[in-house]
Amino acid sequence: MDAIILQILNGLDKGSAYALIALGLTLIFGTLGVVNFAHGALFMIGAFCAVTLSRILTLSHTIIDETQKDFLGNPLKVEVPYVHDLFGQATGDAIIDWAVPLSVLFAIPIMILVGVVMERGLIKHFYKRPHADQILVTFGLAIVLQEVIKYFYGANPIPTPAPAAFKGSLDFGAMLGFDPNLIIYPYWRIIYFGFAAVIIGGVFAFLQFTTFGMVVRAGMADRETVGLLGINIDKRFTIMFGIAAAVAGLAGVMYTPINSPNYHMGMDFLVLSFVVVVVGGMGSLPGAVLAGFLLGVLESFASMREVIDIIPGINQIIIYLVAIIILLTRPRGLMGRKGVMED
Amino acid sequence: MSKLDVSRRGLLRTGAVAGAGLALPTIFTAQSAHAFTNEPTGGTVTLGFNVPQTGPYADEGADELRAYELAVEHLNGGGDGGMMNTFSSKALQGNGILGKKVQYVTGDTQTKSDAARASAKSMIEKDGAIMITGGSSSGVAVAVQALCQEAGVIFMAGLTHSNDTTGKDKRANGFRHFFNSYMSGAALAPVLAGAYGTDRKAYHLTADYNWGYTTEEAVKSSTEAMGWDTVAAVKTPLTQTDFSSYIAPVLQSGADTLVLNHYGGNMVNSLTNAVQFGLRDKQVNGKDFQIVVPLYSRLMAKGAGANVKGIFGSTNWHWTLQDEGSKAFVRSFGTKYGFPPSQAAHTTYVQTLLYADAVERAGSFAPCAVAEALEDYEFDGLGNGKTLYRGADHQCFKDVLVVKGKENPTSEFDLLEIVEVTPVDQVTYAPDHPQFSGGALGTCNNGA
Amino acid sequence: MFNLNKKDLSLLIIVAVLTLFAPFILNPFPAGSAMAQFNAGYPDLMQRFVIFGIFAIGFNILFGLTGYLSFGHAAFLGVGSYAAVWMFKLLSMNVIPAILLAVIVSGLFSLLIGFVSLRRSGIYFSILTLAFAQMMFALAYSVLTPITGGETGLQLALNDPRILGVSQTAEGNIPVPGLFGLEMRDSADLVIGGWVFTFNVGYYFCALVLLASFYLSIRIFRSPFGMMLRAVKSNQQRMNYTGLNTRPYTLAAFVISGMYAGLAGGLMASMDPLAGAERMQWTASGEVVLMTILGGAGTLIGPVLGAGFIKYFENIFSKINDNVLHSWFSFLPDGLEDAVVFIIHPFIGKGWHLTLGILFMLVVIFLPGGLVEGGQRIRGWLKNRKTKDNGSASHETNPAE
Repeated sequence: MDAIILQILNGLDKGSAYALIALGLTLIFGTLGVVNFAHGALFMIGAFCAVTLSRILTLSHTIIDETQKDFLGNPLKVEVPYVHDLFGQATGDAIIDWAVPLSVLFAIPIMILVGVVMERGLIKHFYKRPHADQILVTFGLAIVLQEVIKYFYGANPIPTPAPAAFKGSLDFGAMLGFDPNLIIYPYWRIIYFGFAAVIIGGVFAFLQFTTFGMVVRAGMADRETVGLLGINIDKRFTIMFGIAAAVAGLAGVMYTPINSPNYHMGMDFLVLSFVVVVVGGMGSLPGAVLAGFLLGVLESFASMREVIDIIPGINQIIIYLVAIIILLTRPRGLMGRKGVMED
Repeated sequence: MSKLDVSRRGLLRTGAVAGAGLALPTIFTAQSAHAFTNEPTGGTVTLGFNVPQTGPYADEGADELRAYELAVEHLNGGGDGGMMNTFSSKALQGNGILGKKVQYVTGDTQTKSDAARASAKSMIEKDGAIMITGGSSSGVAVAVQALCQEAGVIFMAGLTHSNDTTGKDKRANGFRHFFNSYMSGAALAPVLAGAYGTDRKAYHLTADYNWGYTTEEAVKSSTEAMGWDTVAAVKTPLTQTDFSSYIAPVLQSGADTLVLNHYGGNMVNSLTNAVQFGLRDKQVNGKDFQIVVPLYSRLMAKGAGANVKGIFGSTNWHWTLQDEGSKAFVRSFGTKYGFPPSQAAHTTYVQTLLYADAVERAGSFAPCAVAEALEDYEFDGLGNGKTLYRGADHQCFKDVLVVKGKENPTSEFDLLEIVEVTPVDQVTYAPDHPQFSGGALGTCNNGA
Repeated sequence: MFNLNKKDLSLLIIVAVLTLFAPFILNPFPAGSAMAQFNAGYPDLMQRFVIFGIFAIGFNILFGLTGYLSFGHAAFLGVGSYAAVWMFKLLSMNVIPAILLAVIVSGLFSLLIGFVSLRRSGIYFSILTLAFAQMMFALAYSVLTPITGGETGLQLALNDPRILGVSQTAEGNIPVPGLFGLEMRDSADLVIGGWVFTFNVGYYFCALVLLASFYLSIRIFRSPFGMMLRAVKSNQQRMNYTGLNTRPYTLAAFVISGMYAGLAGGLMASMDPLAGAERMQWTASGEVVLMTILGGAGTLIGPVLGAGFIKYFENIFSKINDNVLHSWFSFLPDGLEDAVVFIIHPFIGKGWHLTLGILFMLVVIFLPGGLVEGGQRIRGWLKNRKTKDNGSASHETNPAE
């Protein structure tokens, strides 16, 4: 029982990352009809916004400490961050410690800008081109983006820890009356789950309850008619692209304490997020979210020792196996619309 | 128009351009006129440095490449000579190898066996490389080693830790200086027993591929010999990035120690996740919960950041070693590049020197002669103390370092501290040890 | 001849000439010169050009004709290689049975996967094929290690049983794949002045297979079957309404292209007897998609060009390092030399991915029809210029004639 609760928690946590990425992907696909292979790269750029901000906060000047020696026997150079000079040591350290949450604010404008530039500069010219061309050009863009990041930040993962206040984990089991330590869960992952829920809820509310959202939804259903009504749908779609980029980017920022970011993290997520989107059904936002959580939970269950012992290797293939089963029983995924991306 | 030359590698003499296109069967015997593959005939000799330049191990590959460039500089008499001054053999003169200036070509293994072999083949076929070296994973090392055996060139393995490289997949033309899974287990177990007691319940998470299997087996058998219990061993997919669902159940199992048989990105993530779950703050069976990482590298420690503090592991070499060889290497590497070398850089530098030295001692570039000079050769002064290149399996036997994540690092390179230098006798095993059984060296191949 | 029309026949002849003279064409620079870095005429790369060409030709039969975008085609190449290496281990070092088994096994796998996946179309089909391929990769890398060799790949060993043949040669080495005594890795060099041209048995064997595959693909493109597949691409629904079941046709196309992939895999193993699981990863499947689209999907020659383009970058650009750059630009003054090297540095060696990514984008943006369109444009431009020249200055002799 405790093991199952634990894996449900894990599944929800994993699922929230999948759902966030798939949500952004579906937003772009549903509004613009573009298959964006660079979406994983947006997630990665978001994560590197956090890295960049913590680099900015730890920008330092060096003072030479004659009392200590470095590995070559020269006097040791000690780096002193400018924030120490500006705010004093204690406040300065606190700011550095909170780099990741602060990056959320830093990342939103950057990601929207990246999204808008991408759409106006490149994607716009591909609306009328075949999906295969869209895939190729965005895949090329993804490679370029990740290689640029690699050039500046290296290939090694870069540790980006959460603030000290969120270290450690919450003992859920004790709250539910189990023995202590049976069901523990890290604070930061709980925050990640809550954060994902807020973003997902926000996107849905935005589309559902604002005029802007209504027009965009109308445009998703029938772009031509909305255009004939004299509404400048293109501009709104550009904004939606920016929002989708921001969703992916924020998912990346908040993910950095969970796994140290590296330049290929976007590619690692890319295939998986496509599977999630398709299992959810092309063009369906609720489908993407549902599929994200479903695959997250199933993946967690499949990684249990008891399960692997019965079916060796199941943890390796569970996502794909589930995808095949769902696609064979439900022709358009969980909630897909007829005629979307079926030719 | 057709001036005929004996080229670097070709020697079919024919003026008939048209005739060549017809490819008469007799023509195909032409290349066997060499004494051995890519025999250097001019004033230079070409080495092939095959390292990961793209993919997750690119930084490790970049460090290997730096070490190779340094080694070439030293072999050609440039720089301060580095370890050539401390090396017990004095055959190397700083005038290249056998008087031939050392040149090199580089390639990208992408940490994929196919790509690594393609790159190595192009070095052999196009650039005329006489020796291939490098790599950052056992899969690549084993694949390229087999290729070099077929082609008839020497392979000096880079970073490869799986038992198989000098176990079931060993080859007569391949040599490994790096240590292996068995040695990690043998060196770690006594230190772990000393630090954490002999009454521990271990939970293994193991990367689901060959290297993971051999490491799990090695650590398991040597810790069990100390009295530890293995509660469970769970395989994790190579492509896994979030290990939460594997780590969360650890406490429920009643284990009090977690062994992470992971390397590279897997290790960075699984260790980060484990620390995140607060495992190290927990008490199980009345003992503090502990985490062990059998194979450490400084670059991985850097990726995992503060999470490595206090965590035991083993490593082939570390730049804080105080023997003369290590100091000389750190000095010349640090002067050239501004930071201390990694263990990958060390092993590749040493392999290059060892190869060059063996050629000098053999007086020939012929792979079989070089192999004979390396086999059962004892040397010192290259870090790790007195070392034996065992002839039976082409594995180096030397001291192994047990290290621990440093609590108060003074720089971004100062992440590990040496806990113990395990003497070579303690990590030596018989060539037919069960963990290494099932393969044969075969005979050395000079190619042609 | 060969039952081809004039245009197709001339295309086939051009391809034949290009492949047979590849050792000359790909080695335009003298061996010792600085530009020799760009020479691609060494056996391994020439073999790769041809093998991936076959792979892409086969992929194009499915994608180019029917429009079904398979994202798991590398799996068939993978099983083909495994089948071939097992044949070497158990039966004989002759490449013929190995390649035959490779084609048969991959045909069976593609029949099964195609039968299931073709129940869906569009992106749902793509994801189904991707899922099958990823499952095969994951299992081959881990749980199936006893059959596939896992991380290290499936290799020959000194104690392979090999029924028709020896386990080891007289010298105690593993025998090499061959064709009735002709070893695949045998080469001969031809030295003319500073140039070195290498002729390799394995390459010519692959080249002949390529020509046969190319010929077969032309026949398929021009056959009623090919017409039917094109009709599926243009409007499958209408086809279904006419009461025609398109599934057998698409499945046949899927199996044929799977067998092409298996053939490529078998050839790969024959040139270099090792089969690694990475061959089946999604990136490998993506690569053949890129090759086909980059070259020009639906055209006959496009996929081969795309394959050559990608493999050239992977093998040639990744080997250029700063040292090489400095030797190229050593004629420049010191400061300028460093500056030039500094600018080029991010695009070569470890940056070859970046260069490739930029080129992908440029080709897709400016040449929607792929490299083939580029060729057509150049030809059209030349023709235009020629007619203009003829018109305005007809009294001059045009040098292009």
